[in-house]
Amino acid sequence: MSLEIMIKIKIDGTYYEVEPNKNLLDTCLTLGLDIPHFCFHAALGSVGACRLCAVKKFKDETDKKGRIVMSCMEPVVDNLIISIDDIDAKAFRAAVIEGLMTNHPHDCPVCDEGGECHLQDMTVMTGHNYRRFDFKKRTYQNQNLGPFIQHEMNRCIQCYRCVRFYRDYAGGKDLNAFASRNNIYFGRVEDGTLENEFSGNLVEVCPTGVFTDKTLMKHYTRKWDLSNAPSVCVHCSVGCNTIASERYDSLRRIMSRYNGEVNGYFLCDRGRFGYEFVNDEKRIREPQIRSNKNEKKENVDDEHLFSVLSNSFSTNRKVIGIGSPRASLESNYALQVLVGKDNFNKGISTKEQQLTNTILEFLKQSGIKTPSLKQIEKADAILILGEDLVNTAPMMALAVREATRNLGKEMAEKRGIPSWNADPVIKITQDSKSPVFIATPFKDSLDELAKDTFRSSFTNIAELGFAVASVLDSEAPSVKLKNIEHQALAEKIASTLRKAKNPLIISGVHSGDENVIKAACNIATALKSIENKGLLSIVLPECNSMGLAFLPGNPLDILFGGKDKIDTLVILENDLFRRASEESILQLFDRCDQIIVLDQLPNKTTLRADIVIPAATFAESEGTLVNNEGRAQRYYKTIVNKDQVKESWRWLTEFILIKKGTQTVQWKKFDDIVNSLLVDFPDLEALKNYFSDADFRMVNEKIPRQPIRYSGRTSINAKNAVSEIGIEPDIDSPLAFTMEGSKENAPASLVPFYWSPGWNSVQAVNKYLDEPNGKMKGGDSGIRLIEPKENTPVTYFQKNNQSKELQPGEWLIVPVYQIFGSDELSSSASTLAQRIPAPFVYLNLKDAIDLKVNNTDQIQLEIANTKLELVVIIENSIGQGMAGVSVNLPGMLYLDLPGTGKFHK
Amino acid sequence: MERPLTQHISHETTPLNLKDYQKVGGYAGTRKVLKEMTPMEVTNLVKTSNLLGRGGAGFPTGVKWSLVSMDTEKSYPKYLVCNADEMEPGTFKDRYLLEGNPHQLIEGMIIAAYAIQAQTAYIFLRWAYKKAETELRKAITEAYDAGLLGKNILGTGYNLELKVHSSAGRYICGEETALLNSLEGKRAIPRTKPPFPAISGLFGKPTVVNNVETLAWLSHIVMNGSDWFKGLSLTATGGTKLYGVSGKVKNPGLWELPLGTTFRELIEDHAGGMLDGYGFRGLLPGGASTDFLIEEHLDIQMDFSTVAAAGSRMGTGTLIILDDKTCPVAFLHNIERFFALESCGFCTPCREGLPWVEKVLATIESGNGRMEHLDILKFQTRYLAPGNTFCAHAPGAAEPLQSGLKYFYDDFVSHINLKRCPWKS
Repeated sequence: MSLEIMIKIKIDGTYYEVEPNKNLLDTCLTLGLDIPHFCFHAALGSVGACRLCAVKKFKDETDKKGRIVMSCMEPVVDNLIISIDDIDAKAFRAAVIEGLMTNHPHDCPVCDEGGECHLQDMTVMTGHNYRRFDFKKRTYQNQNLGPFIQHEMNRCIQCYRCVRFYRDYAGGKDLNAFASRNNIYFGRVEDGTLENEFSGNLVEVCPTGVFTDKTLMKHYTRKWDLSNAPSVCVHCSVGCNTIASERYDSLRRIMSRYNGEVNGYFLCDRGRFGYEFVNDEKRIREPQIRSNKNEKKENVDDEHLFSVLSNSFSTNRKVIGIGSPRASLESNYALQVLVGKDNFNKGISTKEQQLTNTILEFLKQSGIKTPSLKQIEKADAILILGEDLVNTAPMMALAVREATRNLGKEMAEKRGIPSWNADPVIKITQDSKSPVFIATPFKDSLDELAKDTFRSSFTNIAELGFAVASVLDSEAPSVKLKNIEHQALAEKIASTLRKAKNPLIISGVHSGDENVIKAACNIATALKSIENKGLLSIVLPECNSMGLAFLPGNPLDILFGGKDKIDTLVILENDLFRRASEESILQLFDRCDQIIVLDQLPNKTTLRADIVIPAATFAESEGTLVNNEGRAQRYYKTIVNKDQVKESWRWLTEFILIKKGTQTVQWKKFDDIVNSLLVDFPDLEALKNYFSDADFRMVNEKIPRQPIRYSGRTSINAKNAVSEIGIEPDIDSPLAFTMEGSKENAPASLVPFYWSPGWNSVQAVNKYLDEPNGKMKGGDSGIRLIEPKENTPVTYFQKNNQSKELQPGEWLIVPVYQIFGSDELSSSASTLAQRIPAPFVYLNLKDAIDLKVNNTDQIQLEIANTKLELVVIIENSIGQGMAGVSVNLPGMLYLDLPGTGKFHK
Repeated sequence: MERPLTQHISHETTPLNLKDYQKVGGYAGTRKVLKEMTPMEVTNLVKTSNLLGRGGAGFPTGVKWSLVSMDTEKSYPKYLVCNADEMEPGTFKDRYLLEGNPHQLIEGMIIAAYAIQAQTAYIFLRWAYKKAETELRKAITEAYDAGLLGKNILGTGYNLELKVHSSAGRYICGEETALLNSLEGKRAIPRTKPPFPAISGLFGKPTVVNNVETLAWLSHIVMNGSDWFKGLSLTATGGTKLYGVSGKVKNPGLWELPLGTTFRELIEDHAGGMLDGYGFRGLLPGGASTDFLIEEHLDIQMDFSTVAAAGSRMGTGTLIILDDKTCPVAFLHNIERFFALESCGFCTPCREGLPWVEKVLATIESGNGRMEHLDILKFQTRYLAPGNTFCAHAPGAAEPLQSGLKYFYDDFVSHINLKRCPWKS
């Protein structure tokens, strides 16, 4: 609760102390009272459309009649007297449901929303049950909205949440409300894939079955039949919290798991729909071994595997371990213990390692705070330097969108309109936005929010950044831009950031340019030094890039070019061909006697391995990831491992045990590795505050992964016994593979699903929050490992002048990341893969004319001895002489970008 | 008897052009206001005159203006909008003024805009009013050419741009905030209130929305004063009113009469009484969205407060008469079908309730009704009460229904008992 003065209100005869400045519905939900509602969503505010949250309001103690008001539109004021149980209010709420039911189909048994439907819950809650409407129902045509979202308009109750989320919140353009009266239609102008990167949230925002998850439909399971675990998204560095749900050993869906500091109620489409790789039939499920390099690999059992491995790690052999930024802290650490600190390689390029380390050191030493997404939402001026957020950290882009609405909320508040009152805030705001400046090589969908955009090479973007820092603080490296307009922009950005209460700099490593990162750090340093404010957020490449930065190790490149033999090379969840040229990797492999790869899916690296070990995915293991904010978060197993699939850290522990001559560790379970990790790395000490202990209990019980109505579990064997039998043990976590256990609210990091009596839909999440859109009860999950130091000296980065002159016929090639395609694992998700474009190049129209190519033509790019075929996309926002090339799309070779290249028709 | 608003309008001639309008004293009010009065003085004059809004709600015009911030620095820009989206069934009073004397409206708008210091004004015109649009555009061009609109009007330094927006045609656009959304190019759904347009109106800026008939008064009040205005009416509310009558009367039409004229005088003296062979059963006093009144109410004076006291609303003051040869159920069905079709679809009770009402009335009229259907209709009139819905559309639609059920209950029952409409053989 805030420091604001509390006020007193009376609800059904009971007095409550509550916060002012909220609406009554929000207040009642905060108090844990049930008021049925549809259109109100705490992240979207109130609009008063559905009329379901009606309550009775009384003028004073003598007023016995009262009048019906909509609680979502009613400001909470001192001495407010209301009744939720009032007979008129109750009858009215039932009448609203009756009205909606006149057209709602009674197709619950075949509706994907059934069992977790907010409309079902509200119908039961209001008590409406008898149908008086004896006319035909209205029907609609449905649309094909693409591979992610199923559309069934007949079920629509016109709450307007979908368009309010999609358009007003997420900035989508291609979903709208059409027509009027009882013929309103929510859809697109014509059939077609929903374009917005956050379309999957419609599944959760829609209170009924209009928008449902098309990937779930392929292997549909009712909510009550799902076994769940709290999880963390592995598809970018933001670390959104998810609920991973299983049935019959397959992962059925990903839903948002609320984290007030990170993703709130929402997820991006990569995070929601990227999960299908877990169920891929190509998954490596058994160890595979080939006896010599010319043979095909064959599946073997554990006994055979360990007999082959019995010598692999012995101390007389040279053993190198390559870790991974997409593997958990624990797996990387176990590998490091296996091979020894000196032989641990992080499996990332020197450049990536330098950039990541620069950032980690800066955040540790500079005294500058790196914000959570929630804090990003509160920024009132933002500079985005060189990072295409929508494609590299989509949920951060959504947070920036929310931040741009702060000015409008402020304007409204000046006219006495509270920020929850959504419609007037939008009308007062019109096109006013909190300032955002975007400096990137080509346009992106956040541009529409930008006060100014700056389109140039990363070298010039870094220059602009240095110039901004230089304007802010004369102590910063002195940089003045030759172009007068550019210098004026730098001055404008500097003065805007300086004037803001809560300025924020966002950058990232996807530019591949250290000067961009240094410029961003310098601006943050200058702001702190001059104004003592400012936040810095840096996007990293992968889900555990930050975690890996905490472990010492060599970069991948150090292994290249050597001559000495390597006896055993252990590669942990890392397709090296995505990180270095084919030539250097093949050379490395040639020097290895035995290559052991632990991974989930076959790739070029597993193809060349002598031994492939079936590694568990995030859904089949516990692990800790550290997001770009330095927030360590843990995911838990939802699928019991079948076949020979095991967690990488478990395999590696077994390898340590067979390592001849040493007996260093006594690890039996996950916690043992974590404890050992904390001893070795005091920087990670804060992690011990995690509710991770497998021994942790809620009132002496484990936390059930399954809802109480989990069906089949007992009925399958009912003829023999009615009790649960054969519960899989779980020695690694306080969760249990059962429906029995503590029904108390578990700590946020251990909540496997949301359910509360009467609340079967995702709206049950509000029962787990201290207030709607607030924090999880007991605090949001995750532990921040980096907090700003106090009294730090001001130090600036000097620019590294590495600019290279372009030769005639050469082009500057900059990377173009794609939300669908540039991430390794989600690209193997069969549905999401339908959204991945063919490898492409952005060219300015004038350059395309010079090259004699048109849109959709093929062109060949030659870069660093590599040739690749690309589809031309004319993109005029990219400067002449520059080309943007898609990165890491399936089938593409590794490219070291930015770089220079030549085009051949 | 004075008829200030319609004195220069006749069926036989075209509306006064600028020259002729000025000959009869036109734009003298504009000159007086711009040259001799402060905005505050204009607002105070209108407040003292007690001019009540003629759009139907009867809100004091001067009070509405005074809610607009006069701190120009903070509130700029400001807007004046003329609500000329006259779509209330049975109502054609604004059309008469628009087609008959456009300069009178333009002059009123200059005065109102000056009073709130708006520099842009819009006329939001019903799409079907083609003749009015032609006349308005002609008159506006004349006014611009004469320096009565545009920059530095009459050399006073005051600027006003006036634009006509011909609407796409939805009844809900008559609701002032749905009108503003529509004018901004957004879906025509009403806005959350508060804030009222005076705080956040067109494009989120302070805005006054006034009806055509209201604005038409302003030049006359400025020239003749508030006492003169008050003296025109028979009741405490000042001025005359455009009253209309449609239905089976001998002489349907529109008359400018002192406010407070009785229903009986209007129907019998001006509309000539019922057509021969037709008897009077009831009337809707101010468009389709007002409660029925019956014989016993005929001697009530037509004013906002007096009609309200009788359980209805004066609304637009244009009567629709129900005669004894017309089936009240069919009459209501026609009205409710209109309201169901014109619902914007934003809030549940209106969107789902009105089509239900319409279907039930159709069923009863077709002879397939049951007594339970009457319970549903009664239930709907309570369900669609003010406050339960987002705006006044559905409560307005419920007014004729609930009073119809009260006054013509036996007619509903006879439909059900006879299993047919008694008016159809």
